[in-house]
Amino acid sequence: MTLKKTPVYAMHLKYHGKMVDFGGWDLPVQYEGIIKEHHQVRSKAGLFDVSHMGEIDVKGEKSEEFLQHLVTNNVKKMINNQVQYTPMCYPNGGVVDDLLIYRYSTSHYLLVVNAANTAKDYEWIFENAFEGVTVKNVSADYVQLAIQGPLAQKILQKICDTDLEQIKYYYFLPEVHLAGISCLISRTGYTGEDGMEIYFAPEHAEKLWEAILQAGGNDITPIGLGARDSLRFEAKLPLYGQEMDADISPLEAGLGFFVKLDNDDFIGREALIRQKASKPGRVQVEFQMLERGIARSHYEVQKDGQKIGWVTSGAFAPSLDKNIGLALIDRKYAEDGGKLDIMIRSKPVKAQIGKGLFYQKKTRQKG
Amino acid sequence: MNIPNDLLYTNEHEWIRVNGEQAYLGITDFAQHHLGDIVFVELPEPDAEISVGESIAVVESVKAVSSVYSPVTGMVTENNEELENSPELLNEDPYANHIAVISISNPDELNSLMSPEAYAAFCAQQEQEEEI
Repeated sequence: MTLKKTPVYAMHLKYHGKMVDFGGWDLPVQYEGIIKEHHQVRSKAGLFDVSHMGEIDVKGEKSEEFLQHLVTNNVKKMINNQVQYTPMCYPNGGVVDDLLIYRYSTSHYLLVVNAANTAKDYEWIFENAFEGVTVKNVSADYVQLAIQGPLAQKILQKICDTDLEQIKYYYFLPEVHLAGISCLISRTGYTGEDGMEIYFAPEHAEKLWEAILQAGGNDITPIGLGARDSLRFEAKLPLYGQEMDADISPLEAGLGFFVKLDNDDFIGREALIRQKASKPGRVQVEFQMLERGIARSHYEVQKDGQKIGWVTSGAFAPSLDKNIGLALIDRKYAEDGGKLDIMIRSKPVKAQIGKGLFYQKKTRQKG
Repeated sequence: MNIPNDLLYTNEHEWIRVNGEQAYLGITDFAQHHLGDIVFVELPEPDAEISVGESIAVVESVKAVSSVYSPVTGMVTENNEELENSPELLNEDPYANHIAVISISNPDELNSLMSPEAYAAFCAQQEQEEEI
């Protein structure tokens, strides 16, 4: 199978990215080393190519109503130029995907979805679309770069024609110029740091990539997907396919905040109301390893020799210098301070449930 | 790729330094480079009896979990405990930091290991396969 290449591909080779097959995309897992890149983003700034993410355009008079029906969050609460994170569910409450919604107006939205789910999401959205709403997969029209870290804004400002301070957390501007190139810029990201994500036409990919690195000088380096995962994990940001999927509801995954059961009917609402009323049988917990070992995704979790769940994400957290994880376990064992056995190579290794074990996010506050 | 010429090698990218009846065992530069940042090492118990081809240790990087296989039968006489607190030493100098020492019970097994020249060719071939 030929791997897909993003418009930034030549730059990954130029900067010696270690290229891997990432869900069918030829993307860098690292440049200089995952831990070094992780610290680079936490302390200064990093540049990510996330062009593999999917973009779906929703247009038409009834777009707002349609999206309110499609996702679990309250789309009607959004204002123009706002961004919203939301799960999108099946009727049984399982998750189709988690996504960002960008509102241009009540008759035009841009949805940003997970790369591996783009085709599936597009079909799902298209099938469910209201009459008069047009749904278009526009993924190929956009390059997406993320600039993340405490110095991200300062670096972008050097090549920007607009005061970036006016873009608040989870807002965007659709027509800002970076190095003379027209971009959509939002204050969003997947690292737990302040930063921006930018969307623009593919023909400018290499030019803008280079302009950002040049503007940042020694304060910015390219960052691979390895550190993208370690950063998102350490900040407890969920990953589709691990924390939630078609068989794990957003309530079980600890995403209840993004499920507005008071909304009028939306896909999955009835199932989620029932689940909430009877309390989901499984819940997500944070844990820290007490004994030596790294918990990893899909490892079994046991209590007294019985399986009670599994690790959804687990790793060494570089900024915290400890081995932590998230697990989906039987509700009756989910007590703060409770002990768990993580099965590592068929041996039980002790871990303890806790709260606030993850990285304290440095993103700006809402509003 | 650093391949010292006084060691023997396996096709699982372990190195062996034979010192009388003792075999010092570690992972190669190729191995550490491909694993990336190493964050955890699980060592064998001293006195453990090990058969040829058996997993003797586990090395974990940020992204990957990888077993280290013993190329010889024998008993573990020493493990390098320093790696428990400083697993990154395997990235910094994989040849100066062995994982374990094994007393060799069947020296004939050493004959199936690769010379530095053979191992260099083996690595080159693996790199080429990755390119495809």
